[in-house]
This record gives sequence, C-alpha cells and structure tokens, in this order.
Amino acid sequence: MSSSEYITLYIGGQLFGASVARIHDVFAPTSITPVPLSPPEVAGLLNLRGRIVTAIDTRARLGLPPRDPEADIMAIGIEKGSESFGLIIDEVGEVMTLDDSDREDVPGNLDPVWAQVAAGVYRLKDRLLVLMDIDKVLSFGAEGDADRGSKAA
Amino acid sequence: MDDLLSEFLTETSESLEVIDAELVRFEAEPNDQGILNNVFRLVHTIKGTCGFLGLPRLEAVAHAGETLLGRFRDGTIEVTPPAVTLVLESIDQIKALLGHLEANETEPEGDDAALINRLEQAAEGALAEDKPAEAAAAAEPAPAPAAKAESADEKTKKPRPANLADDVRWDEDLGRELRPGEVSLAELEAAFASVDVEDFANPPVSAEGETATEAAAPEAEEPVAAPVVDKAIKSLAAIADADAANDAEVRSEGPRASQSIRVNVDVLEHLMNMVSELVLTRNQLLQMVRAMEDSEFKTPLQRLSNVTGELQEAVMKTRMQPIGNAWKKIPRIVRDASNDLGKKIKLVMEGDQTELDRQVLELIRDPLTHMIRNSCDHGIELPSDRMAVGKPEAGSIVLRAYHEGGHIHIELRDDGAGLKTARIRQKAIEKGVVTVEEATNMTDQQIHRLIFAPGFSTAEKVTNLSGRGVGMDVVKTNIEVIGGAVDLVSREGEGTTFTIKIPLTLAIVSALIVGVEGQRFAVPQLSVVELVRTGSENENRIEQINGTQVLRLRDRLLPVLPLTTALKLDKESEASKSRFVIVMQVASHRFGLVVDEVFDTEEIVVKPIASLLRDVTEYSGSTILGDGSVIMILDPNGISKLAALDTGKTTTNTVVEETQRLVSRGDQKTSLLVFSAGTSEPKACPLSLVTRLEEIEIDRFEMTNRGPVVQYRGQLMPIIHMAGGMNSNENGRQPVLVVNNGDSVVGIGVDQVLDITEDVLKVSLEDDTPGILGTAVIAGKATEVIDIGHFLSQADYDWASAMSEMRTAPKSLLLFESHAFFRNMLAPLLEASGYIVTSVASAAEAIEANIEPADFDVVLADVDNDEEARRFMEQLSTDDKWRDVPRIALSNREDSLVEADFAGCVRKSDRHGLLAVLDQTANLKGQAA
Repeated sequence: MSSSEYITLYIGGQLFGASVARIHDVFAPTSITPVPLSPPEVAGLLNLRGRIVTAIDTRARLGLPPRDPEADIMAIGIEKGSESFGLIIDEVGEVMTLDDSDREDVPGNLDPVWAQVAAGVYRLKDRLLVLMDIDKVLSFGAEGDADRGSKAA
Repeated sequence: MDDLLSEFLTETSESLEVIDAELVRFEAEPNDQGILNNVFRLVHTIKGTCGFLGLPRLEAVAHAGETLLGRFRDGTIEVTPPAVTLVLESIDQIKALLGHLEANETEPEGDDAALINRLEQAAEGALAEDKPAEAAAAAEPAPAPAAKAESADEKTKKPRPANLADDVRWDEDLGRELRPGEVSLAELEAAFASVDVEDFANPPVSAEGETATEAAAPEAEEPVAAPVVDKAIKSLAAIADADAANDAEVRSEGPRASQSIRVNVDVLEHLMNMVSELVLTRNQLLQMVRAMEDSEFKTPLQRLSNVTGELQEAVMKTRMQPIGNAWKKIPRIVRDASNDLGKKIKLVMEGDQTELDRQVLELIRDPLTHMIRNSCDHGIELPSDRMAVGKPEAGSIVLRAYHEGGHIHIELRDDGAGLKTARIRQKAIEKGVVTVEEATNMTDQQIHRLIFAPGFSTAEKVTNLSGRGVGMDVVKTNIEVIGGAVDLVSREGEGTTFTIKIPLTLAIVSALIVGVEGQRFAVPQLSVVELVRTGSENENRIEQINGTQVLRLRDRLLPVLPLTTALKLDKESEASKSRFVIVMQVASHRFGLVVDEVFDTEEIVVKPIASLLRDVTEYSGSTILGDGSVIMILDPNGISKLAALDTGKTTTNTVVEETQRLVSRGDQKTSLLVFSAGTSEPKACPLSLVTRLEEIEIDRFEMTNRGPVVQYRGQLMPIIHMAGGMNSNENGRQPVLVVNNGDSVVGIGVDQVLDITEDVLKVSLEDDTPGILGTAVIAGKATEVIDIGHFLSQADYDWASAMSEMRTAPKSLLLFESHAFFRNMLAPLLEASGYIVTSVASAAEAIEANIEPADFDVVLADVDNDEEARRFMEQLSTDDKWRDVPRIALSNREDSLVEADFAGCVRKSDRHGLLAVLDQTANLKGQAA
C-alpha cells in the first residue's frame, strides 16, 4: 500500500496538508514588500537568501478574512518553474504519513474556490485534513475569477 | 539529452557560425589559404564527430562538403561564388539536421542524395578528365530519390541535363564553342526562367571570362538551378588560370589558441546570485562595524569589502560578450541578399569587440538582422542604378558599434538610395498611418520616422527578404523593450543611417530610489530628466486644472501624475507638503511623477518580474536593495501611459482661458474638431473645449420648457442643437459635443463629427452670425469656426435670465479688445445679457468711431496682453470727460486695479463675475448721474 508524506498547516483554523515533495523551505517571513496594484492574493515580495519570493496570502486566496496583523505568520517555500513562491499560512504543524487509499474525494458542496485548490480530504481521528494542490493555489487570475463568478451567480 | 550529444550540438553550431562568416570572407579572398584551412578543419571536425556519435546523415553531408573544400584547398577547383554557395548550402543542410537533432535527439528520416551528388559533382568537376570518380567513392551512393528531406525534394525537381556535357555546340553569346561541361547562356536563362524568382535582375550579357562569373552569380538565387551550377563551375575551372594554390605556406592565421572554457549559463546565474548575496552580507557587516568604535574588525572587513567588490565586477564581466557574436551571421546574410537581389554590397563591420550583456545581445540579434536585410533590399540600389547616378558600383553597408555613456551605440549606415520621402508620405496616408493634413505638416525627418509605424512597408513588391510590412515597427518595439532607442537619418540619394542606443546591461541599471506613502520604488535613471522640488513655498508649484495636476516648469506646463495615484495608493495628503517631481521622458512624452521622498541613486540588479505580476504594466521588475529589502522597479513606459490618459482629460471649465491661449499662440497648431451641423459646410471648434464626444439615443432626450435635456452621468444636461432642430442619424442617435461649463455640462448637438485635425486657427473672415466667430481655412477647406461660448450662454438660462431681470434699462458698453477672436466671443455674450455693445479694436478706431462719454455706462478692456488697451484706459482715467465712466479691466493680474484706477477688475475666465461686476458698475454710473 503506497503512502505519501505531508506537511500539515493551518489556515484560518482549517487543517491542510501539502505534499512534502513540493516544499523547499519552511520559514518565518520578514519584511514583505507590498506591491500596489497586484492581485489581492499577492501579499508582496520578500527576500529569501538573495532570491525574490512572491508571497501568496493563502487566506485571501481561499476567501478567508484577513488575519490579525500582529499575529505570527509562517510561510512555506515552493519552486515553480524558475520562480520561488511563499505561501503565507497561519501555523505549521508536523510531517504526517498518510495512506493514499484513505484519501477521499472533495465533497461536492465545498465552496468552489476551496474545491479548486483541494485535491482530496483525509479523515483524521479528530479532524479533517484538506489536501492542498499547490499548483492550483498558485494559479489564479482568469481561471480563479471564473470560479468566483460562478459562486456569486 | 545525452551530455555528449548536447555538447556536440553547442560546439557544432558555434563552428557553423564561424564557417559561415569565414566562407564569405574566403569567397572575397580566394587565395587566402589560412581562411580555407580554418574552414576545412572545422568541417572536418564536424564530420569526424558525427561519425563518432553515429550520425550517418550528417556525416555524409559534411563529408561531401569537406571533399569540395578539399578541392579548393588543393587548388584543383577555382573558388567561385556558385561553388561557395554550394558549400554554404551544405552548411545550411547541416544546420537543418542539427535543428532536428536538437529537437528530437535523432536524425530526421530521408537523405540528402541530391545535395551530396551536386557537391560531389562540383568536386569532381575539373578533375573529371584525369581522376575519374575518385571522390564519388567516398560518399555513400544516393539510394532514394523520393527523399523526405525538403532539400532533396527541391533539388530533384529539375532533371540533370547531363547529356549536354558531351555535345560540342556553338554559343552565340560567347562567340565561341562551348567547352566540355559548359552550358550556353540561353540554357542558363531558361533555367532561371523555370525557377520562380521574382527579382531576376542583371542578366549576364558581356563576353568571355567575366561572363561565366556573372552568369553564375545569379544562380545563387535559387538552389534549384544547381545542376547548372555544376556546369558553370566546370567551365570556370577550365577558363581561369588555375592559380589558386599560390602560397604554400599555410598556418598564417589559424584560430587563436583557445583561452576559454565553456560554462553553463545556469552556473553563471547562480554565481551572480551568490555574489549579490555576498554583497548584501558585506553591506550589513559594514553597517554593524561602522556603529562600533575602534573595532578590530575594521581592517579585515575593509579587505573583504574590496575583494567582494572586485568579485562582483568580475562576475558581471562573465556575462559580457563582444557584440561580434551577434554579428556572426551578418556577412552571410549580406552575401546571400546581394546574390539574390543582383546587387553588389560591401560590408564593413567595426567595433565587433564592443562588449555588452549576454541577455541584451540575444535580444538585439533579430532586430539587427532585420535591419541589415532592409538595407540590402531597400537601401542599396542595383549596380546599374548606382552607376547611373555616379556612385561606385558596389554599395557599402557599415555596421559600427561603440560605447558611449553607459550605452552601446550601434550604427548601421548604407550609401544607398536613402528614404524616398514623398513615397513614404504617400504610403503613410494610404495606409492610414497619418492623415493628409498631418503628413503635409511633417518635416522630412518626421516622415522618415514613419517607417517605424506599425503596418508600414514601402517595398514596391514583397521580396523574400523583407517587405512584409511587419518590419521596422517590430524592430523598434524589440529595441524599446530592452530600454533602447532607434532613430534614423536619411538623405535621398545619399543613404540612410540608423542608430540604435541600448543599455550595456539589463541586469544592472542605475536607478533612483523614491518613496511614497512609506513605500520605496526604483525608477530607472535612464528615463529621468531632472528632479524638481515643489511645495507651497517653492517657486515650482503644482497647480490644478479641473483636477488634473500640472507643474509650471520654466516656460512650459508639465503634466504631472502623483505616484500615489498611479499606484492607487491614494490618501489625500496636504498639497502644501514639500514634494519632488521626477521629470521623466519616455519616447517623446515628457511628464512628471510626484513622489514624497527621493533617497538616492543605486546600481540595482534587475530581477524579472514575478509571473503573477506580469499584467501590472506599471512595473518592469523587482530588485533587492543593499539593505536586503525587496522593492519594485517602476516601468516608465507603463506609467507614461497613465500620465497620457490623465492629460487627455482636458480642462474645460476655463473655456475662455483656453480659447485665449489658443488664439495667442499665433501660428502654432491647434487640435480642431471638425463637424457638420445644419449646412453641409464643415464647422470647427478647438478640440480642447470639448470634454467628450457622445452619441446619445434620441429616445433619451426629454423635453422641458427650456428645451431638450438628457440625463447624463447623474445630472441633467441641456442639449442645444447648433443648427436649430434635432437631427439624429439613421440609427436614431444624436452626436453631441459635451462641453463642461464650470459646474454644469452642456450638450451641443451636431449632425456629424467629421474629423479631428491639427491646424493653425486663423480666423480670416469674420462673421456677424451669433455663435460663429468667422471662417478659417482648416485642412484646406473653408470652415466656420464656432463660438462654443455662445452656445454655453444660450444654455446657461439660470444666470442669464436672472441677470436680465435685474436690469431696468439696457446699458451701453464700450469694449476695447484688440483680439478679434475675443471681441467676437465677448460681444455676443454681453449683448445676450442685455448690453448695447460698441466694440473697438484700437485707439485709432475709438477716435474714428467718435465715441462720446455720455453714450456709455461702462468701459471694458482687456489690459493684460494689450499695451494699447492699457494706455487707452489710462488716457480715459486722466480725461475729464471720461473720468466718470466706470472702467472695468479684464485681467488675471491683481494689481491692474490700482494702476489705472479701475472700478473693477475681473478675471477673464469668470463669466459670471464679469456680468455681476458690469451690472453693479453700470448701475453705479446711473445713480451718480
């Protein structure tokens, strides 16, 4: 039986899991430079050891209310193509090994924005873990807009 | 991909570039054994490696090419253009095969039998008699005529006239018997005729040895004529004194011993990043140590700092490459083009060692190639045409590169026909690039620049070189993308010079670090013209016209755009605050960018913009500053578009000021809106007075007792039709000129908007008709110039009617105004408000009109621009008879009132104020009397 390793993380109280294979770094982001005119999901840019990282605010991406500006934040670093991204999250949990066979489909009644970024759901003992599709999280704009449009309609 | 294979590919394509250039050189200097040896060696290496890697098809082609080159080297075959063409063709085929290899990692199917055959034949050529088919054995026999490869296909189209070689025939053109293997000119021509070449110029006509060369030259036009080439080569070999193998000494100018190694670009990029980080860390350390008194770290840190600096410089250098790398293909291009076009072109390249950033190099390669092609195709004339005008037969193209002030300048100069100004003008009009009026008013230089306009191509016919109409505009765009600029100077009959100016490197630019709302941004220094400090206590103040900000800078108004607005960071900050305006120049557009703070200039390393931000045109990239923070680099191009948008929203609440400005500009051009209303004659008004052009559905018109109104942007807009009744066009829409009159909007209905043009507004025939200032020649047609003010007053019921109610008896008024335009605008307005107006243009006219003080209740004069009016008013003030008549000055200056003892002073633009003051003072006289 095959299994995969996931890093668990919290965004707005919800537990998410992201594949360890995709994650390069876990870091506490400092001095994020906001970028005027950028899409709301882009929290800004930051310097991670000489590389410019595009920080994505996952709360904005998931349509959640903004977090307390004073609160501590964490970020997971992702490479896509030749670019670096940092997903700003509330808290990093642990590394978890989960059986692929336990993964369940995304419930049909999930908010379309969530459904778009969710690759599946795991029923853990005490709570649900939403498996995050990193690439989908990073792709927004036209596609995402369409989804949000349909949600509004 | 296999490491070995990828290395082979890189190496081979570099060798091929060298071969291309060397062969062309060799053609010009067939006796230079050094060049030939170099080429031979390179081809040989390619062949050898192919065999080693198991690439039979490549090997076969390379081998055949090498064989022919070998014959050149032995001196058994004369070096002729067709022979060289053939070798180049084999090089091209090798390139094509390599391309396929790179994409698919295998050789394409098919074979190159036809090409190889021809190469072999050429190699055999002169040897045929004494050494039969020695070379043929070396290459594989050609198996399949139905080869898939294009080249093979193409080349087998024509049957080989092999049998002809055996016949001995008389050729009339040559006036002698054809030698074995030679073909007659008639046949040659027939061969060309069958080849679909558009531009067959220069048919060979002269006699003897030269004939063969000349006859052979056009052959290069199409490889299909290849069988004929073989013949020509043979004949040449026979005719010429076989003197090729002159100098036996060979190794005169071999390639310089390799002083370089190949490094993957990624490695360099990585190195570059690491160094950047090192620099940042050093900066942090320096800052820390600076805070310490007398630190023992100081000396070693100083050393570290120096070393880091040098390291950074050295790493930067690795990115630099000589521009010659981008030029390698050019000799070949020029050669092919001159052959194709039947022109003789000499190419001179200077400064090929000039270094610039690798990235920039890649980006200018294509535009440059295109421009060279253009010069060959459009610039240089045919030899016959050149001779006719007394120029040397061979045209020359000079390509020159040099450093100047942090930029690379590339100059491309030809001594060709130059740009045909008239033709470009005509074409530009035909293609709708400019209007007739614009074109007639442009200087030659401006006309020439139109070749950079999109969709412009003047080629009489489309050749396969250029002239597809996607030319120079793409070149210009590509150059501008990398922050460069291109311009040209051309003289008809003398040639054209293009100049390209590009930054040395894209990676590092000098930038101005500015701040707004606590955020920092970088502005590329390249587009910054100057910095101006503004503020309420400063002489350079930012002023507003209808919400649009402008800066009075020396003698001109500069549109300014707050960076906060551009980036939508708007928080209304107090206007009095001292701020900075960065005056920027983007192409021909100059504007000011308002920022809160200017920090300093810094050399920044440009990082490409994040993909998620690519749609935001206001940025061109991002960078990490010395202190480690990330900031965005503003894109002057993107920002300028915003500024242009903003300035387009012209100010209209000061109709009078604007009109005055336009009139007083004298011979300067004004944008005019041309339309028709009522009659078919065109009418015009200054475009700047019109806020918007709208087409409003007739259904939306609502009637009130004051006439039609339309609900427009949340308010009621009265509509006045210029010609009386409403006149919708066929789709039920009424064209309306929307004029902003202070707080209210008025719509003026017209029949049709005809054009927007630029012309000198010079009213030549004045007119008494209300609402019409006179007639002017606009765009070559007599056009009535409309007094927008008249229609405004017509619509402005509220105050006009209120005022007239207040007045008991009509008052008479003397208007002294030397500007006809103004006189004609003010008089109807005043008359409409119930005054009897006598207007005079000069003191002489006033005397002539025999004016009497008793006849007037008030005198009104514009004293600002008019010395005569001022004197006239002063005269009145000292005249006993006139002293009691109140005088009102129209002036924008506060002090006027004092000087000439005026009863009132009104700003010119203040229509309401004027009428109020007039009313007051006119009644005053009545009371006094």
